[in-house]
Amino acid sequence: MNRIESCLNQARQDGRKALVAYIVNGDPVPEATLTTMHAMVETGVDIIELGVPFSDPMAEGPVIALGHERALANKTSLKSTMAVVKEFRQTNNHTPVVLMGYANPVERMGYQTFAQNAGDAGVDGLLTVDLPAEEAGPLNQELKKVGIENIFLLAPTTTPERADTIMGVASGFLYYVSLKGVTGAGHLDVTSVEEKLAAWRGRTELPICVGFGIKDADTAKAIARTADGAVVGSVLVDAMGKAADQSAEDIAKAVCDLLQPIRAGLDELKD
Amino acid sequence: MSEVEKQAAVDYSQFPDSRGHFGPYGGKFVSETLMPALEELEQMYTRLKDDPAFQAEFDKDLAHYVGRPSPLYHAERWSEQLGGAQIYLKREDLNHTGAHKVNNTIGQALLAKYSGKSRIIAETGAGQHGVASATVAARLGLKCEVYMGAEDVQRQALNVYRMKLLGAEVHAVESGSRTLKDAMNEAMRDWVTNVDDTFYIIGTVAGPHPYPQLVRDFQCVIGREARQQCLDMTGRLPDALVACVGGGSNAIGLFHPFLSDDSVRIYGVEAGGYGVETGQHAAPLNDGIPGVLHGNRTYLMEDEDGQIIETHSVSAGLDYPGVGPEHSWLKDIGRAEYVAINDDEAMDAFRTLTRVEGIMPALESSHALAYAAKLAKTMSKDETIVVNLSGRGDKDILTVAAIDGIEV
Ligand SMILES: Cc1ncc(COP(=O)(O)O)c(C=O)c1O
Repeated sequence: MNRIESCLNQARQDGRKALVAYIVNGDPVPEATLTTMHAMVETGVDIIELGVPFSDPMAEGPVIALGHERALANKTSLKSTMAVVKEFRQTNNHTPVVLMGYANPVERMGYQTFAQNAGDAGVDGLLTVDLPAEEAGPLNQELKKVGIENIFLLAPTTTPERADTIMGVASGFLYYVSLKGVTGAGHLDVTSVEEKLAAWRGRTELPICVGFGIKDADTAKAIARTADGAVVGSVLVDAMGKAADQSAEDIAKAVCDLLQPIRAGLDELKD
Repeated sequence: MSEVEKQAAVDYSQFPDSRGHFGPYGGKFVSETLMPALEELEQMYTRLKDDPAFQAEFDKDLAHYVGRPSPLYHAERWSEQLGGAQIYLKREDLNHTGAHKVNNTIGQALLAKYSGKSRIIAETGAGQHGVASATVAARLGLKCEVYMGAEDVQRQALNVYRMKLLGAEVHAVESGSRTLKDAMNEAMRDWVTNVDDTFYIIGTVAGPHPYPQLVRDFQCVIGREARQQCLDMTGRLPDALVACVGGGSNAIGLFHPFLSDDSVRIYGVEAGGYGVETGQHAAPLNDGIPGVLHGNRTYLMEDEDGQIIETHSVSAGLDYPGVGPEHSWLKDIGRAEYVAINDDEAMDAFRTLTRVEGIMPALESSHALAYAAKLAKTMSKDETIVVNLSGRGDKDILTVAAIDGIEV
């Protein structure tokens, strides 16, 4: 079984909400990434979303866009991101890692090469922001061969017909984008998320994690009442940027200080 | 199959296909939030494009507001000096607002009106598309916000002020390379946030489907007119077409109505910057590789990791690392040839046309003129070249003055 599936199955069985944390590989300094990944697992992060930096991160708000710029200034690439996952796997064989990024670096590497290398490195899932279901067929084929899940986004604007198309090709979990906007936006509407999730639940068995606009224990709890997991990103990337001149351990600590109360908040929901 | 039969086999009117593809290029590569908005736009456009009332409204605006048809002008003195083919200039510089861009903004503003959205956003490089968008917004009483790279805000200061006078808000984009591609990223971010009430007027034949199609259709008035005008003036079709290619909207507008005319050679001119061999240029069809950016698959300038690289051109309107997907396809199937002209060659053409014909061309268009001059010399006096003079050079006077070391 793929790590994502077993992780989310286990969480469901335990009545536990998954905490999904997003950081950008190579941000703010290359040494920080691996240290932060391990520290996040210690703090109770269930799934790591590792951002692959791109020169034109169109779906990101200013905070994560800056993270991408810092990572690129550090010469981070898709290749080096897979190397980090490989290193992470030396000592962690259970935490799922999802690469999150944009289509072009994967296109450039070639779908087949990407899938093989990612599979070898121990990557569990791929979320390509600008590769909608309609265009994902050829990549999906390659990912299937190596057992990498293809994670898709659902949005507040997604129609029921589109949702069915997406659910038809998605695996692992679905990532519901809680608001119309870029990452880090502030206008989360919990009621509308609850309504949408109820509608999606009628159409799919896949777990649904919710992201965009989750910044603390309160927002995470509010969302996780109906979701299988909460995705936290911008606040972490912001903290890492601010800690850029500190040691890898201190950068990791800044992230975990933010994650701890969120983990605790989610655990209050345990049934 | 003979060469002629092979070409006749392509029915260019059937592209893009129903999924927005031109061969392997084009498509819709955007985040999920925008997919339904694109589907909606596609449905609306499919309905309206064959609606006689919509077409009549578009044609009326082009005639009475833009001032179409634009003349086809025989540059006799320049042709004489070059000593080769006769050069005819399609005078898009004489359009209201001074460039071909307005053909498209008139069309998309009509779509915005039909869609009932109250707010318009646009990205702009040289500022011509921003001005054209601000213009149609003023006329329709719509709120207009324009994204422009901070570097372009500086080098196209006159157009920034024009947009403000027209009532638009101009956002200087400080991210990335601070030029057109970053302006487009920022416009996409705005659109994703305000998708309910906002119509995004893309300024060229790039972006996700259906934009490359609808912008092309609105710009095709250039080629339809030029084809008829050339027949009327010379009694036959031109031997060659030349247009500059940034995103490629003025070029496709000229080229498309001639694609099935096999005798017409077609040349798109990219910005060679300091020279294609230096790597500092904006010529993805000459020196790029297919990839995905800004919603479509097309030739791009990128590094070996798939990161988009910074481009250089003296002309802000050509300073873009991608190109419309239909051009990528026309290149691959060999129907059009894409060449590059360097900054200094374009500057020479700018000066020459100004002095010899009394027409001051935009620096973008000067790239097409420079190539046409080279081409003309290889052709005979009874052959003709139609060059798309996509815009006037007034907006570039400060750039030219700076190159001359003069403070205006
Ligand atoms: C006068 C003029 N010509 C050409 C261009 C390039 O755009 P396109 O390739 O879409 O025609 C611009 C863009 O700003 C322009 O202002």
